[in-house]
Amino acid sequence: MVELTLPANSKIDKSAGKRHAAPAGAKNVRTFVIYRFDPDSGANPRMDRFEVDMDTCGPMVLDALIKIKNEVDPTLTFRRSCREGICGSCAMNIGGTNTLACTKACDEVKGDVKIYPLPHMPVVKDLVPDLTQFYAQYAAVKPWLQARTPAPPDRERPQSKEDQEKIDRPSACILCACCSTSCPSYWWNSDRYLGPAALLAAYRWIVDSRDEATGERLDDLEDPFRLYRCHTIMNCTEACPKDLNPAKAIAEIKKMMVERQH
Amino acid sequence: MSLRSPLGKVLGRGSAGEGVGHWWVQRVTAVALIPLTLWFAWSLLGLPLQSYDAVRGWLGQPWVAVLAILLVLTLAWHSKLGVQVVIEDYVHGKGAKTTMLLLSTFVHVAAAVAAVFAVMLLALS
Repeated sequence: MVELTLPANSKIDKSAGKRHAAPAGAKNVRTFVIYRFDPDSGANPRMDRFEVDMDTCGPMVLDALIKIKNEVDPTLTFRRSCREGICGSCAMNIGGTNTLACTKACDEVKGDVKIYPLPHMPVVKDLVPDLTQFYAQYAAVKPWLQARTPAPPDRERPQSKEDQEKIDRPSACILCACCSTSCPSYWWNSDRYLGPAALLAAYRWIVDSRDEATGERLDDLEDPFRLYRCHTIMNCTEACPKDLNPAKAIAEIKKMMVERQH
Repeated sequence: MSLRSPLGKVLGRGSAGEGVGHWWVQRVTAVALIPLTLWFAWSLLGLPLQSYDAVRGWLGQPWVAVLAILLVLTLAWHSKLGVQVVIEDYVHGKGAKTTMLLLSTFVHVAAAVAAVFAVMLLALS
């Protein structure tokens, strides 16, 4: 059976969580409940409570995380880089939804701000998931231009405005993994299902007017697991912090599969 | 422990080159089931179900028998495809998966044949 429950060493130890109180005199306090896991300690994960004075903190969840790391607990571990929603590093589960900590305002979350790493991924430490398989899935769809016709010697391959528009949105994917790790089908079968992010990338090259490997790309995807484990649950589109639509891209791929049969 | 590369693991045994047929037939049977189930439900509502002779007389009409056979065959086919997906989704043990896929196929075929036989028995006797 699929793993519906966490392995024993991944279960959250409810009694182990630490509470870090806000500094005295803080008036505008919010509580951040954050998943902690340290592989070196041998202990199970725990949930730490950090009370943050929002009057001295930036508006985004990432601001709060950085403040906590700087001022309260330097061992808190998370990925971040651009702090403006373009690098995809700070993807995590905030208030029950996968999103980017840098573009999620604390005000958007009601009550305590609960933060977990991306679901159903191996955890390296605290909020850092192991995305090795996710990146391999991206590599598997050959995310580069394949054409037999040589490019013009003096300039780039030409593309019409309408054709560019077809790849404009799908190209905006930042590979943050919010979509794939929100997908139940990906949770149960990520060893064989490519997941929405990789399929969106595949779609981006399938519909690229300059690419000449459309057939081979469709051949590579025509598989009960690689593509057809998508059951149109739509969590991917719901989660995407860039407002992209992987579910629609997958549906378009399925449509092309049928169209080339009839 | 395997030192196989992450890409090697993802690529696995390659694409099976199938899936579109399964996906298409599941949709075709779903579309066919809309009028068939509506017709069946509508007919049952108008039948005195406690009367064996009335139901038997209704099912004895040729076009009713044909539609009833179409309904059970389409339903069994659609259900077989759906249950297969559920098993593939959730059952990962190789032996357990194969056993359940086999069982599901047998049960669906047996149910379909039994239903068709029953309809024909009533329609032709």
